[in-house]
Amino acid sequence: MRLTQGTFSFLPDLTDQQISSQIEYCLQRGWAVSVEHTEDPHPRNTYWEMYGNPMFDLKDAAGIMREVDECRRTFPNRYVKVNAFDSTRGIESLRLSFIVSRPREEPGFELLREEGPGREVRYSMRSYATRRPEGHRY
Amino acid sequence: MNSVLKNTDANGCFNLEAAFRDSHVADVLDQLDSELVGLAPVKTRIRDICALLLVDTVRRQAGLSTEALSLHMSFTGNPGTGKTTVAMRMAEILHRLGYVRKGHMVAVTRDDLVGQYIGHTAPKTREVLKRAMGGVLFIDEAYYLYRPENERDYGQEAIEILLQEMENHRDDLVVILAGYEDRMERFFRSNPGMSSRIAHHIAFPDYTAAELLAIADLMLEQMQYRLSAEARAALEEYIERRQALPHFANARSIRNALDRARLRQASRLFAKLDASLARNDLMTIEAADIRASRVFAETPPTAR
Repeated sequence: MRLTQGTFSFLPDLTDQQISSQIEYCLQRGWAVSVEHTEDPHPRNTYWEMYGNPMFDLKDAAGIMREVDECRRTFPNRYVKVNAFDSTRGIESLRLSFIVSRPREEPGFELLREEGPGREVRYSMRSYATRRPEGHRY
Repeated sequence: MNSVLKNTDANGCFNLEAAFRDSHVADVLDQLDSELVGLAPVKTRIRDICALLLVDTVRRQAGLSTEALSLHMSFTGNPGTGKTTVAMRMAEILHRLGYVRKGHMVAVTRDDLVGQYIGHTAPKTREVLKRAMGGVLFIDEAYYLYRPENERDYGQEAIEILLQEMENHRDDLVVILAGYEDRMERFFRSNPGMSSRIAHHIAFPDYTAAELLAIADLMLEQMQYRLSAEARAALEEYIERRQALPHFANARSIRNALDRARLRQASRLFAKLDASLARNDLMTIEAADIRASRVFAETPPTAR
């Protein structure tokens, strides 16, 4: 199952050229771009691991593309995303975030049902991948 | 229409002039000529480089082979000879000719590149390189990167990363090293790898007294001050005396001298609080403002 999250979740995966143009757009707006990776693709997992610090004061996308490539090479079997943070007063949050790399195989999610008192059912979901310990998931 | 046809005339000949006009690089060259006094050899070299890049661009349009040009440069000269200013213009020129994508300049010194403990240098240097991408990285006093007297110095690490970057990412950034001539020479001698990767060595000559006076005029015009006739004579004498003293930093010394003259002018005006001031009084620097300098003292020991 192909995981979709973030700004371009409705599109097929972006090519490097397209990623670079998106980053260029972010830099023009003065947003700080960062690269993050994770092994836990749960949609509510907002805290991915940072790959290096967020990059401030960059003018050109080449530097960030290099960081993305390095992250992909270091973690070929993890999800990698690019975030753009807008520090403008009153916004101070992510403006853009999209997945740029994914594991070869994505097992998808399992729907869990929990019986509560009086026929109540609670639903939750869990990635099949997270059954295994970290570092052995993909 | 493809770019091969863009700069060709009716006979299918390649038109260098059109390429020159399209790049709008003439504006920057004119600005360089009008804003920077003297520096004739530097200006000639920059025009040479411009011509080379332009011909290279047209050659590429003509489908001729063009080797990837190495644009890394070294600017050598005494302090205050305009190395940083020229580097900024260079970034602009390279941008207009399409050799760097953004045309900004990141100026750094040893402190920005070299870390304080093991494993600190590489990320620090890479950080700076990332910021400079698409533009020009200007390393002031580059020879401080290399400290042969301390073999555990991390400067060498920064140099190696720089070299790697200069070689592998030529189209991402241009590196300009700057510093005093003699020390830069020693630096290049002990780092032959660095020397061989730098194509353009540009030497900045010291300014003559007349040029320094012209620079002072230019600065005053920007600050909206003017010199009285006696003050001008005093400044001429000042420059002559100052040049002979140690720690003379060319245009920078002139700027400092003018700043101090402004200070004295202000306190002179302030001393007569009750007098009404004309616009002219606020603008004029008198001979006394300049002659009060330490440089005019009888025996100046180590005046700055």
